[in-house]
Amino acid sequence: MTVHNLYLFDRNGVCLHYSEWHRKKQAGIPKEEEYKLMYGMLFSIRSFVSKMSPLDMKDGFLAFQTSRYKLHYYETPTGIKVVMNTDLGVGPIRDVLHHIYSALYVELVVKNPLCPLGQTVQSELFRSRLDSYVRSLPFFSARAG
Amino acid sequence: MSRQANRGTESKKMSSELFTLTYGALVTQLCKDYENDEDVNKQLDKILFSNFLPRGFNIGVRLIEDFLARSNVGRCHDFRETADVIAKVAFKMYLGITPSITNWSPAGDEFSLILENNPLVDFVELPDNHSSLIYSNLLCGVLRGALEMVQMAVEAKFVQDTLKGDGVTEIRMRFIRRIEDNLPAGEE
Repeated sequence: MTVHNLYLFDRNGVCLHYSEWHRKKQAGIPKEEEYKLMYGMLFSIRSFVSKMSPLDMKDGFLAFQTSRYKLHYYETPTGIKVVMNTDLGVGPIRDVLHHIYSALYVELVVKNPLCPLGQTVQSELFRSRLDSYVRSLPFFSARAG
Repeated sequence: MSRQANRGTESKKMSSELFTLTYGALVTQLCKDYENDEDVNKQLDKILFSNFLPRGFNIGVRLIEDFLARSNVGRCHDFRETADVIAKVAFKMYLGITPSITNWSPAGDEFSLILENNPLVDFVELPDNHSSLIYSNLLCGVLRGALEMVQMAVEAKFVQDTLKGDGVTEIRMRFIRRIEDNLPAGEE
């Protein structure tokens, strides 16, 4: 099991943070383009899923998977979106994504008055804590691809 | 607002007197910086897009994230639920009081928060030359900022204030509209 990469978006579609671990093949388009496509896809899935829902939606969509990878999605009522791509062996990781939001993003970015909101996170502390947190996850393994 | 880096069930306590006095210092400084009470009221409430001047609205914008991270409250389905969460969870968490919710308008888009005792004004008496100062106006800004982040445009204002001789403090909240998410420009 392994973690491929992680995106953090805000309500306006700005990519606040991106990091990757075991991502062997790149998309072949500029990163900015990739963020836009990712956000656009999430936005469409989200609105479509809520249209199709037989009852009022609660949490929206949580994950989807292809034959190669699984995309996990977590969204707060303020529109912060945490997206993590892993391989197929990883189960539901809502608590992990919630932890990234509450213990890392809120603590180190939102509560830091020197970090402006709504643009790419510059905080080195946030990056390094996030990196060590992801590396410490039980399903993070250096070997797998 | 009594906590900083601490999380989980154990929350760090801070002297409420220190908090009250700090808030007093902020208002006093604003009264020195601005000519008249109207401007101070505005400053307490207002949107200031500077990161170094986090008054009401800006506090709300950030505080809501902390609130969601710690309370695990999901999206509210209607304004009544929102009112409940504000009074019973948010005020309790940050000010240690639970205002009562009354005076719903027939359409259900306006209500009042009644604060029996407002911790911000524990040691406060308004001097005569500041008779139009809305001392706790920061709260309105916080409410507005926080709700705007969860896609609700609201109006919040003080209609009664113990500092002005009223029996209770009353904040009137009015729902204006839902803010819809839009795709950023240049995408389809």
